[in-house]
Amino acid sequence: MAFEGLAERLQGTLNKIRGKGKVSEADVKEMMREVRLALLEADVNFKVVKQFIASVKERAVGQEVLQSLTPGQQVIKVVNEELTKLMGGEQSKIAAATKPPTVVMMVGLQGAGKTTTTGKLANYLRKKNNRNPLMVAADIYRPAAIKQLETLGKQLNMPVFSMGDQVSPVEIAKNAMEKAREEHHDYVLIDTAGRLHVDEELMNELAEIKELTQPDEILLVVDAMTGQDAVNVAESFNERLGITGVVLTKLDGDTRGGAALSVKAVTDTPIKFAGMGEKVDALEPFHPDRMASRILGMGDVLTLIEKAQTNVDEEKARELEKKIRSNDLTFDDFLEQLNQVKSMGPLDELLNMMPGAGKMKGLKNVQVDDKQLGHIEAIVQSMTKEEKQDPSLLNASRRRRIAKGSGTSIQEVNRLIKQFSEMKKMMKQMTGMQKGKKGKKKGGFNLPFM
Amino acid sequence: MSFFKRLKEKITHQTDTVTEKFKDGLSKTRNSFVGAMNDLVKNYRKVDEEFFEELEDILISADVGVHTVMDLIDELKDEARTRNIKDAVDLQPVISEKLAELLQKSDEETTLNIKENDLTVILFVGVNGVGKTTTIGKLAHKFKQEGKNVLLAAGDTFRAGAIEQLEVWGERVGVDVIKQQAGSDPAAVMYDAVQSAKSRNADVLLCDTAGRLQNKVNLMNELEKVKRVITREIPDAPHEVLLVLDATTGQNAMSQAKTFGKATDVSGIVLTKLDGTAKGGIVLAIRHELDIPVKLVGLGEGMDDLQEFQADQYVHGLFADVLAQSEEAAEDLDKY
Repeated sequence: MAFEGLAERLQGTLNKIRGKGKVSEADVKEMMREVRLALLEADVNFKVVKQFIASVKERAVGQEVLQSLTPGQQVIKVVNEELTKLMGGEQSKIAAATKPPTVVMMVGLQGAGKTTTTGKLANYLRKKNNRNPLMVAADIYRPAAIKQLETLGKQLNMPVFSMGDQVSPVEIAKNAMEKAREEHHDYVLIDTAGRLHVDEELMNELAEIKELTQPDEILLVVDAMTGQDAVNVAESFNERLGITGVVLTKLDGDTRGGAALSVKAVTDTPIKFAGMGEKVDALEPFHPDRMASRILGMGDVLTLIEKAQTNVDEEKARELEKKIRSNDLTFDDFLEQLNQVKSMGPLDELLNMMPGAGKMKGLKNVQVDDKQLGHIEAIVQSMTKEEKQDPSLLNASRRRRIAKGSGTSIQEVNRLIKQFSEMKKMMKQMTGMQKGKKGKKKGGFNLPFM
Repeated sequence: MSFFKRLKEKITHQTDTVTEKFKDGLSKTRNSFVGAMNDLVKNYRKVDEEFFEELEDILISADVGVHTVMDLIDELKDEARTRNIKDAVDLQPVISEKLAELLQKSDEETTLNIKENDLTVILFVGVNGVGKTTTIGKLAHKFKQEGKNVLLAAGDTFRAGAIEQLEVWGERVGVDVIKQQAGSDPAAVMYDAVQSAKSRNADVLLCDTAGRLQNKVNLMNELEKVKRVITREIPDAPHEVLLVLDATTGQNAMSQAKTFGKATDVSGIVLTKLDGTAKGGIVLAIRHELDIPVKLVGLGEGMDDLQEFQADQYVHGLFADVLAQSEEAAEDLDKY
């Protein structure tokens, strides 16, 4: 990550405080300065930062921090709590009209990702909510925008309504509504053209579409990398149209995404979804609490845990635990574990979610390459059944054969075998330890490789 | 001669239309920025700690970035002390001067490196949605107007409709587009494009690439490969690697400039969407820390709204109101 997290930022101040019996108001002031810088570096709007600092300071200078034994952690906790409060505690869902179809209008600046998000949202509604949405191509200005939505529709095998780029967007919306009613679509997603919030003419056009279609949801699509200007953009769109929610896109980048906080603060509408990748299924419900940690640079532990939970088969985990206890771990199990980790998503993404991963020396410059996992897989698959069961069989000539068969080198094969036996040893020790503690840490195998 | 007079003198040699484009395009940016500056001077008559804090906010609100702002404020404080400036009004020109200095940092060439009578290859890189394809369309139009033989390479084989988008631009401008099917290897498209450009004796080849977030290692590797293929065919190509930046982007633009710079040796920046309220102040920080020059700016949606970046023009555009004021002040002084 490009920025230091708040924890690291505060470290300097905290070192000074350490050893002092009491934290003075001046110390708090200095800490607040660090908090302010961290938020500004994360692109939170400076006005929002000001208000925020004022409210945190009040709490901090009050009793909580001063009497706390670990003031640094206390400050972070207060900041995180306040930030979460500001982001809106609960995750919020997309509207559903009592009388279908539910109309959703996508609006925003050029290049925010409206068309891509429209496709993703259609896919999401079908997959998660079992809906039958109709996408409407109303961006007649950008070259090939209609074609883009049509291509997405083809990829998803979902209908897209378009009338070419010679018909006015209002007219398109009107006809789309008729068609949606005829064909019983329960959602209508209108992809509008990107426009500057200061472009009166085009903003009027949006107002007309709104008037005509009476949307249940107007989603402002905002690029997560947006800087201080996010406030102006959100304010103008909200004033003109009355947005009901926000979609934050490109959150899979390394931006802190302070824009999320700014937008939330000025519009007071919930952020409903987050775009997390280029593929059509990379749209996730937005978790305000997690965003707070991200802005502060504290990693996204909750998402990580959730990913692990959904992807790790409990049954298999128990079986594995048994095997480790009896020291029967084979290369097959090893591969299985590997695949479970892989199914959680790209490794570097996982690493990014771990708090402190950016700080760990060894990890900082590691380019986690999913290809390496492929190599390991190839090596294990080049072993015979007997070899997988009993690694002690692997003599020099067998290793040579495996290297050749997997297209890797003998060194790589050796490294893997060594890693495997070390892991086995370590796991044996860990299970032994747990037994010794009289089952205090029961079922410690919820995470792969633990 | 005052700083602004010098600035004005410099740009009067340039065509009025260019000056107007900058002035119009930057009007929103200027209004909010200069408005804030004027309020600042009005509200804080004295140059004190509070004044500097407020100034800090104004600069931060332009996305200049915390580090650069801190450095700038420190310099200004020194300046105020040594010159013994006490009134806010007197510090205003110093502030403008410092900002302009940052933008005009060195005398380096900010014009595009175009080869005479030989093929010039320009590679466009950047994250998703910054306006790479649109910039290429506009630039193709500009070169075409100059009578150059232009060819476009549809290197964004990933995003739905990207190839079609470039083709529409090709039709509008009247230049050919070298393409393959969606989903094909972008490096292969580049190879084809370079071969065609050579055999057709093209003057300029503009290469589009798919937008990618800079933390995607595999995609950055792919981009390196695209560049390598071009260099293998023409050793001194690409002659320009332009990073397209959205003016609304915040501090992440620094990370973009760093990572894309490392992967593809970015030679210049195209700052797009400056016609909104965004100020693109991050380019100041990028100049301050990485020293990548801004070469082109997008000042509107029209075909002619892509302009070569001129720091003088940019500063003039940003400070046109301040300029008028300080001139009045100077004239007043002359009277006495």
